[in-house]
Formats: sequence, C-alpha cells, structure tokens
Amino acid sequence: MSVELDVFVGNTTIMDEEVYQFWLDGYTVNDAVKVRMEGGVLEECEASAEVLRSDTMDQYRTFQMCERLLHSPAKLANQLLFQIPPHRQAMLIERYYTFDGVFVREVLGKKLSKGTKKDLDDVSAKTGVTLKSCRRQFDNFKRVFKVVEELKGPLVENIRQHFLLSDKLARDYAAIVFFANNRFETGKKKLHYLTFQDFAFCAGQLIIVHCNHSRVLMRPALIGKEFLQDLKELKILITDKDLLDQHKSLVCTALRGKTKAFNEMEANFKNLSRGLVNIAAKLTNTKDVRDFFIDLVEKFIEPCRSDKWTAGDMRLYLTHYTNSAHILDTFKHQVVWDRYMGVIKSCILKMYHD
Amino acid sequence: MPGKLKAKIVAGRHLPVMDRASDLTDAFVEVKFGNTTFKTDVFPKSLNPQWNSEWFKFEVDDEDLQDEPLQITVLDHDTYSANDAIGKVYIDIDPLLSCEAATVISGWLPIYDTIHGIRGEINVLVKVDLFNDLNRFRQSSCGVKFFCTTSIPRCYRVALVHGFVEELVVNEDPEYQWIDRIRTPRASNEARQRLISLMSGELQRKIGLKVLEMGGNAVVGYLQCFDLEGESGLVVRAIGTACTLDKLSPGTDSKEPVFSEDPPHSLSGPPTPLRTLPSSSPPPFSPSKPCSRQSSSSDTDLSLTPRIGKTSPASSPSPPLSAPFLIPTQKLTEFPIFTLTCFPPGFLVHVGGVVSTRSVKLLDRIHNPDEPETRDAWWEEIRQEIKSHAKALGCHAVVGYSESTSICEEVCILSASGTAAMLNPRFMREGCLDTGGSDHRLSRQPHPGMVGSERGEGEVSSTWLGFEDASPPSCGFVHIPYDEFNMPFPAQLTYCYHCRRQKVPDVLFTTIDLPAEAEVTGKGCLIQARLCRTKKKAQGEVNATSISNLLPFMEYELHTQLMNKLKLRSMNALFGLRIQISVGENMLLGLASATGVYLSALPAPGGIQIAGKTPSDLSYDQHISTMQKRIDDTIAKNKELYNIHPPECIEEVVGSPIPDRQRSSRLFRSTSESSDELSELDLSHGKKDAFVLEIDDTDAVEDIQSLLTDAPIPAGFYSCNTEVMPGIHNWTSGLQMFTSVRVYRLSNANLTNQGLNKIFTDLCENLLKSLYFKLRSMIPCCLCHLNFTVAVPEEELIQVRGHTYLSTPLLLWSGENEEQLQFSMELCGESTISNNQPTAKPSAPSVDYGSFADRCSTWLELLRLKAHTIRRGSVKTISSSERCSPLPEGRSRSLRSTRSLPCGAPVTVVKMTPLSFLPGTRIVKYLGIINMFFIRETTSLREEGGVSGFLHSFIAEVFAMVRAHVAALGGNALVSYSMKECVFMENPNKNQAQCLINVSGDAVIFIRESDQEAIPPLLTSRQTSSTGADGTT
Repeated sequence: MSVELDVFVGNTTIMDEEVYQFWLDGYTVNDAVKVRMEGGVLEECEASAEVLRSDTMDQYRTFQMCERLLHSPAKLANQLLFQIPPHRQAMLIERYYTFDGVFVREVLGKKLSKGTKKDLDDVSAKTGVTLKSCRRQFDNFKRVFKVVEELKGPLVENIRQHFLLSDKLARDYAAIVFFANNRFETGKKKLHYLTFQDFAFCAGQLIIVHCNHSRVLMRPALIGKEFLQDLKELKILITDKDLLDQHKSLVCTALRGKTKAFNEMEANFKNLSRGLVNIAAKLTNTKDVRDFFIDLVEKFIEPCRSDKWTAGDMRLYLTHYTNSAHILDTFKHQVVWDRYMGVIKSCILKMYHD
Repeated sequence: MPGKLKAKIVAGRHLPVMDRASDLTDAFVEVKFGNTTFKTDVFPKSLNPQWNSEWFKFEVDDEDLQDEPLQITVLDHDTYSANDAIGKVYIDIDPLLSCEAATVISGWLPIYDTIHGIRGEINVLVKVDLFNDLNRFRQSSCGVKFFCTTSIPRCYRVALVHGFVEELVVNEDPEYQWIDRIRTPRASNEARQRLISLMSGELQRKIGLKVLEMGGNAVVGYLQCFDLEGESGLVVRAIGTACTLDKLSPGTDSKEPVFSEDPPHSLSGPPTPLRTLPSSSPPPFSPSKPCSRQSSSSDTDLSLTPRIGKTSPASSPSPPLSAPFLIPTQKLTEFPIFTLTCFPPGFLVHVGGVVSTRSVKLLDRIHNPDEPETRDAWWEEIRQEIKSHAKALGCHAVVGYSESTSICEEVCILSASGTAAMLNPRFMREGCLDTGGSDHRLSRQPHPGMVGSERGEGEVSSTWLGFEDASPPSCGFVHIPYDEFNMPFPAQLTYCYHCRRQKVPDVLFTTIDLPAEAEVTGKGCLIQARLCRTKKKAQGEVNATSISNLLPFMEYELHTQLMNKLKLRSMNALFGLRIQISVGENMLLGLASATGVYLSALPAPGGIQIAGKTPSDLSYDQHISTMQKRIDDTIAKNKELYNIHPPECIEEVVGSPIPDRQRSSRLFRSTSESSDELSELDLSHGKKDAFVLEIDDTDAVEDIQSLLTDAPIPAGFYSCNTEVMPGIHNWTSGLQMFTSVRVYRLSNANLTNQGLNKIFTDLCENLLKSLYFKLRSMIPCCLCHLNFTVAVPEEELIQVRGHTYLSTPLLLWSGENEEQLQFSMELCGESTISNNQPTAKPSAPSVDYGSFADRCSTWLELLRLKAHTIRRGSVKTISSSERCSPLPEGRSRSLRSTRSLPCGAPVTVVKMTPLSFLPGTRIVKYLGIINMFFIRETTSLREEGGVSGFLHSFIAEVFAMVRAHVAALGGNALVSYSMKECVFMENPNKNQAQCLINVSGDAVIFIRESDQEAIPPLLTSRQTSSTGADGTT
C-alpha cells in the first residue's frame, strides 16, 4: 500500500514557519523531515513519521505554488488563489528575501550575471549554504536589481515599495544593488575581514548623503558629473607643498598630547593625507571606483593599524584632519571637502576593526 | 415575460502572456448569454487591460435567466491566426433574480481555463431588471430562494413547512458523445461544464415551480447531486424542503437580543402568531395541490399511489398525539420527508431512529432525456420504502433525509437515509394556499412577547404539548414514538431519566443534528465505523446480485461496530449518522460516521463483556481477561476524557415485552435488488446478552481489534461531524475550513477481508492523525462537521489489478485559527478548562465566554473592521457624484474590489465553512446559493508536480473562485459549504489527469456580534447601491 496522492488545502492557507525556513534553506523534504523529527515535534503530538512527511510535503507544495507570487510581492496582496492574512504575507515576503550574510559576502560586488550564477556551486561549497538557497538568494538580488535599475527616485524607497520589505532589508538590498552596479572589489584577501554589514553601512553612506543630489542614483554621487571636477580640485591639498605642510602643522597642533599615537600620526601624516586625497581623485575615473575599498584599506587603514591606532585615535585624527582644512586660507573647496570627508570618515570608522 | 440582463466588462489583471514576442497580450472579451454574443474592443499590448465597456444588454425570458449562466470568454486577438482563448468565467445569475438576495454581481473573478487553471482575473458588473410575471402557467420560478443550509436560515423565520420537493434532470454526458473523439479536451470539458451549469439551472427552476405551486417561497436544505453514469448519461438531481419563510427585518433583529445569542438557539423560528392556537383552527389541513407535471421532467407522483396513501400509520394508533393534530395522511403521503437536520424548538416531537434504504441498479443508456422516468421510478421506490420504514417505527415523517449514489461501471447503488420522527404539525398547518399578502401581513404584526422571545416560545410550545403529556421539551424528542407493546424491533425500554413519565429506548441513532433543547452529559465525539469487503469481479446482473447480497452484511457489521464504539465511550446516542457504502470493481467500502453523545434522558450504557467459548483453557481465559481489562480501562478513560459522569440513578428497567434482553437497534434498512426483491433484516443478535462479544468468531476479534486500535484524540482536540460539538459552548469566531484528499494504492492484490479492514482503518486513522498534527498550533480547537467521503474509482486505465483508490475529501472546521486569535485563545485558556467541567450545571456559562472572547479580538481585527467601515462610508459620496465621475458605477463593492486602482485594493476576506453559521457573528443577509462545477485537466502531470501538485492547485483554485464569486455578490462568507463531488482520474503513463469538483453553499453577509456599529454603514451602502442601480439604468 502506498500513498498515491495526499493533499491538504485550507480556505485560509496555513503555513508552518519552521517548515518555511527549511524550504528557504533548500532542504529536501527528507532532510526537513529528519530535522523536524529530531526537533521533537513528534513526541509533542504523538504523530508518526508518515504524518510528518505528509505535512512537510504539503507545505513544500504550498510554498512552491506561492513562490511565483513572491517574485512580485505586490501581487501577493491582491491575488485570489491563496487567502493569506496580511501579517502572514509580510512574513512570507520578508523571509523569502532574507539572505545569508556569508553568502552575500561572496557575491557582493560581482556582476549579477549568468556566469556568476554558474559559479554558485563553488560558493555553496565554500559557505555551506545549499545550492538551492544560493540560487534563490542570487535570483532575489538579480530581480531587485532589474526592477530598480529602471526606476527613478530614491533607491531604498523604491525597493521597499516594490518588494514590500522592511526598512532594514530594503537598505541591505540597496547596498547589494549598489555594489553590484559599481562592481566594487570586495573579494581581495585584504578585505576579507570586512563583513557584509560593514559594506552595507558604507554603501548606505555613499548612497544617502550623495544620491539625494544625484540623478543617477545607482552610482555614488562622488562620481556625479558636477562633482567630478571638484573632486579633482582637492588634489591641491597634496600637490601644493605649502598647503600640505600647513595642514599638517594644524592637525598636529590640535592632536598634540591627546593621543599616544601622536608620533606615528605626525610621521605618517603626509602619506595618509596623500592616500585619502588620491582616492578622491581616483573616483573620477569610473574604472577605478571599484578599487575604492581596497584603496581605503591599503592606503589608510593598514598603515594606521600597523601603528596601533585605537578607534578613538582614528576618530580624533579624522575629525581634526577634516576640520583643519577649513582654516587653510588658500583652500577653496570647503563644501566638496566636507562632503567627501564626511563619507570617508564614517566609512573608515566602520571599517577600522580587526 | 422578459427580463433584461446587463453586463459590463471593466478591466482585467494578471493576464497571462499570450504573445511570446512582446511578452504581452492583446485581450478582448466575448460576453454570451443564450445565443446572443457581444464583444469588447481589443485592448492591445497589456496584461492589465482596461476595457471599460458599455453595458451589454440581453433581453431574455426569465426562464432562460434561471437556466443559463452568463458566459464570459477572454481571448487574445491574433491578426493572422485564430484568436486564442485565455479562459472563461461562468456567472450564475440566479442570486440576482430574488429581490431579497444580491442586487448586483461586481468584482474580480478569476478567469478559468480547464487546461491551464486560473489565468488572471476580470472585473465585471452584472445586473438584472426583472419584470415580475404573474402568469400562472409560467415556466419560471424567479424569486424562490434556495438555501443549502439544512436548518431555518438565520434572519428568517419559518411560517410554514410545506414538505419535500425533488427533481431530476438527465442528459447525455458530452464526454461520451461521438464528437468527443474529434474535439479538443478543452472543448469537451467546457461543453460538460456548461451543460451541468445549464442542467442545475433548469433543475432549480423546476423545483422552484413546485415550491410556488405549494405556496412556499423558499427551499431549505437544498441538496443537489450529480451522477456521472458514464456511457449511460449524466443525471442531476436535487431534493429539498419547501418552506414559507418570513424575513426578519434587520431593524428588529439587531435589537432582538434573543436572536444574537448562542447560535443553537437563534435558529428558533418563532411560531406564526395567531394561527398557532390549536383551538382556533381545528384539524383540516387542506392538502396542497398536487405538483404540476407540465414540465417534461420527472414528477414522482406519489398521490397516484393510493395504497400507501390509505395505509394508516403502521402499528395502530400512535399514542401520544391526540387525533386532531395528526397531519392528514393525504398530505403526509405526499411530503413526509424533510431534508432539514436542525429544527426550531418544539418542531420535533419524537424521534424514532434511523431509517435507510439501499438499492442496487444496473445502469442502461438513457434513451430519451426528456423522459427520465427510470431514474425517477428508482428514487420514488426508495422514498416509498423509507416512508414505510418510518411508519413501522410509528413515525409519520422522516427528517434529516439525504440521498446518495455510488457508481462503478454499470452498477449503481442508490442509498437514502433519514431519521423517522414525529413532527409538530404546527409548522405545517393549513394556510399554504392563501399565500403572499395575508400571511405576510400576519407575520409582520407585532406580537408582544412572541417574536422570538424565549418566553413566548415556551408558552406556545407548552400549550401545544399540553395536549399530549406535558413532557418537558428537553427530553420529549427521545421518547419512543412507536407502540410499546407492538415494537417494530426488539428494544430495551426504560422510563425517561429526565421526566420519568415516558418510555425511552436505551440507545438512539439519528441522522439529524443534536436538537438545541437536548440535555447532554459531558462532551461528544466523532465515532467511525469502517469496513472493507472484497467481492469477485463480475459483470452486469451477476455483479449487481453479488453486491446486493453483500450489502446487508456490511450494514450489519457497520452497525455493530458503531454500537461497540459507542459503548466503549459510554455514550448512548448517535447524531448526524452518515453511512456511506462505495462500490469498486473488486471491493465494497463502508464508512459510517456519527457524533456520539450521552443524552441525559437515556439510560447509562452498560459495559462490554467478552466471552470465550472454551472456558476450560487457562491461558485462553487469561487472554480474555486481559482483553476485558483493557476494554474496561478504555471505558473508564473515555468517561474521564469526555467528562461523562451521569448522576447515579436507580435502574428501573421496564419489562420489555420482548422476553429476551436483546441488542436493540434503531437501524432499519433493506436492500432491494434490481429485481425489486425486498429483503429486510433483523439486526438483533439473537439470544445473546446485550453487550457480550464472543471472542471465538473471527468477526468479534476483528471488532475488538478495531475497538482498541482507535487512536485516542490528542489533548486539546475535539471532533464531531455535526454542526456544533455537544457539550462545548465556548466558541471563538476564528475558523478554518480544510479539504484533504488522499488516494492510496493497494499493492497486494490478494488481500483478505481482515487485511483490507485493517488497512482501511489505518488510512482513516492516519488521516485524522495528520489533521490533528497540522492543526496542533490551534488547540484547543474542535473539528466540526468532519465529513469523510470514500470512493473506489474505476480503473480502466491502470493496468495493475487490485489497485484500489480511496479518496477521502473531508471538510473540517476548527474552533480557532490564525495568529490574531492566538491572543484570545490564551486568555481563554482558563475558562476553557473551567468550562470543560460543568457536568452538573447545564449549559449556562456559554454566552459569557463567547462575548468575552469576542471582546478580546485583537487590534488587527478591529482595524480591519474600521477600515471596512470607512470604505463603506466613502461609497456614499461617490455614488452621489456618480454621474459626473468617470467611474462607471458607484457601488460599494466595486469600490472595495479595486476599480480605480487596478492592483492596489486588498482582496476581501471570504470565510468558508460547512456549518450553517459562523460562531460569534450574525448573518444579516443571504445573497443566494453558490453551486459551481469545475473540470480541470492536464496533459503535463509531472510538470505540475504530479498528482498531488495537480490536485492541490486545483482545489486551491476552486476555493479561490468560490471566494471570488461570494465577494462579487457582496458577501463575506460561504456557509453550509460542501464539496459534493471530487472525482479524480489519472493516467500517469500518458502524463494526464482529470478532476471534477462540485461545490455548493450559501453566500452570506455576516457581521461580528461585538460591533453593532457596523450595521448602519452597511445599510446605507445598500441603499446607495440601489439608487446607484436606478441611476444607471
């Protein structure tokens, strides 16, 4: 005797959140049943493995049928096929679009193309996330990317409205899209210590502050056309010898006695300043944008770290470094400088950890 | 006389991509009614077209309006080749024909294709202008209301019950016509769907005509079934109970607290004033006119059978009723059968027991569809038999009546069952002839203390019952209706444990719901008997004979099983008994489900004793005693579980006239073969002691096995197959309806009866276990109206012999659901416990709890309701500025379901339940009957996820379509839902499968009892909608 057909349909679609998570994580029915059995549901309800299996199959089928709708979450609210209470709908969507930190770290900044998708099995092997789950997450990134690519208006808001996601998740997606669009290099060994949240924060800084003024929202506004020349102008800070010295003495005066690392700061000032300003200048070249993070780490964070700066030192240094530029009377690009340094400062502070 | 049907196509959404090149669709719509077709313009290159068409007007006979569905076809325009059909929507416009039901159909309806399923949605508006026809010879019956509900619908009260109505229509099945060989599966499916839709329309119209002739205005307990007889045709038949219903005006009932109380009480149709006094209008019930036979169909003319008409009630004078109140035999012979299962208090006087009849027939081709006499004669025969059984029980009526068939190849088992009962003729009295006006006027008269108030009720019924024994109404119905000294079957009688005056039997089996006035000790539970019998594969006559030979034994065994299980739970009555016997090629399946209860008025059941035949053997004795112990333990445990602690009473067994104490049974049945031979069976066990099971014979072993293998219900769950769970009163308003279908394949061809039985029992148990598991998050909850159906589909396509399919669609309803109720559940946890105890106190605490739970409904629910009110409120302004607005219609519903924001508005939540009410809510309006038939076929079974995936999505689609139609009528719930047919066929080798589903129910508007403020906006919206209708015409 074998069960040929086994179906359970409710007027209000019922879903088990636990099983949903198994499904999202790409477990097969058998694996899910195994895990559930170990979880002890059986003892609770005196059910047999058969019952558990049938239930799991049912739920999996329901999720599969829902998946099509989840691809355009707005449809979920006004489709007629499944009667799902609104708070459940929100849960379904949020969970479907939630991704694994480890996974996203691997594909961050990569082109969301077929080629990348083909390499997902490597990613799966490396991260321990099932291939099925990897594909879903990758397709989610791609789907969001495709939709917002064509839209005008603020990036985060667009994502939130189109995919009905929570604010936090929408921001994360904005970051992912932003990275994918600009193809930031994140895979280098030197960057491995950075988590997705570090990058997401930086992306947020880059987007929020600058994109409000920019038409091309998917690119960091630092590259915005009206900004290009201005950023180049900053170079005067390192090319003009007087200005550089003046800047250094101002910063050193302010810092003296306030930090243990003062000697190192003084010794390294010119190098560090050169590094930061060069990054700004480099941003004008679209191709070099992708090296933004690696430059930041190589030219600034690593030297500081080898000098054993504390996070407090870093903050102090950057504050004075930024503010002192205002006192330089021959330096005319205060607005651009503030804007640039504002972003860079918060990025560095976020990235400055082990 | 013509009516004018108007339809407007507003928009479409979520359409499928029909043009791969552009990923878009050039959609247009054909609207067809009868032979007239209109088309909209093509809306090019869009998946969300806005047609905003003019009003398409059809001028048609009202007869056609009743028969035909409005057919809407969405197509993709193609310049070079034929236009591709996207899908269809059939709209039954019957609800629009009654002034009290819906006024407009408006909303998003799924576009359905029999091959692809749902493909997008279409927004339509449909209205009807009807000119009332007073021609006596008309063929139409517009205005007669139909209810699937098997009780008097809430917000109506019954003035008169006219009696049984039936009709039957036959036709050739398009699937089996020669043309089917050359047309596409889609065309064939659509022809079938359309035909069945037409036939059910016709059937309803004809039944309506009969009702009008009887002077009624409604059919309650309308039960429509399809018999897919394959080669020999397609039969659509329906039965129901004709009534005259008076609408309680919404004003009064909202103020009437009685009405909004505990559901079981609210179905009390208050007595018709004035007329009820017995003295005022003495005996004569003028017989209503015999049914007309102008229609070409099937009038079972019972008045032509005088032999029964003249037969006086079987066993001499039925004692308790004094002569004048006997319903005249003449009337009775015509309509002694009622499909109702729930009655107003006082309606049921006595209940005799279950009567059932089965008959095995050989199907032959229906030669002339216009003369469906054979099928009619079959059913007539069965009804006569039922009636005579009832008479044998000393009863003059059958209630809770239902009919069913099981077909396998050319063999067909027709079954009918009901409960023999004595009814209070007050509700059936004379007066059906002076219809309309006077009656209406009378019932409208304000009658102090009478309209629905408990006090008035009591008064009237006591005047009434005063003529007999003044027995308290709470136990009256269990008193025996038959003559003590001339009992139709051996039974053990005692004096009623409640009133101590009348005799009662020791057990009572019925097909009806537990009457509201009945006093119950403890809680009830679902009791099932399952049986499987093999039979030889055979053809024709031989097959039919072997089946009819098997039937009596099956019934007997099912009955024994039921009885044993009842004893094991120490209960003494079964309600809602439903015995289903399905025939397959090489086996018969029997499944009996009922809800067991302990009626306080009946004697306590004895235990079960096991006796062995060879007491000499020591180990054998031991075996028996361990078994006995297990049984005793189980009984004790069950008593605890179901809270059955009857007050100890002095057992005063009244000497039964039958000398031996025998197993009594209320089950009366007979089997008639195609040869019309009638055999009756005595179910008594011969001369054995009542509850002794002999372990020696294999049957007993089997019985005991099945007794002990019944898995206990997990804590927190209750289940029953009646509308309300006896002994539980604390309902919350959360509910969830499910359908579950399972098909099993038997791998072993040579199975013994025992083996099969074991498997079958396991299947049923497993299904229940699965349900409990799935619903574990909702406990405490109750599965009500748990309805099992078994079938053994035919197997022509599947090669392996002995494969048996058992499909078990079942509907269930649970006490609570969803997150939003979690809150109230937690709060109620304590009160649930305390409520579970009150064995001593009767059902007093019930009301408290309900309102408490309601008050606790979370902000979410409140918010939703608020939003609702606001939306409704806004309707008003829009409809007043309607003419200048570009929006075509200022209707509340069309607003609610999108319109200007094609994808924005939320979908109306539609609840579905097999119950006739929604706990914690009040039904304010019945919008009409929903009766839909769908076929789905696939030629890519594997791609759709195999059979399970296919059926899963189909059932989900059917639910979606039902919900959409209810919402389009303006409703927010479907009550008395049932899935009557679910036929599944597959051919995995060809990667094909086909499924047919028939669902029905009553579309209603309900409001939560807690928020009365929801009424005014509702009423205003109704008013505005009617003005809106005027404005656009």
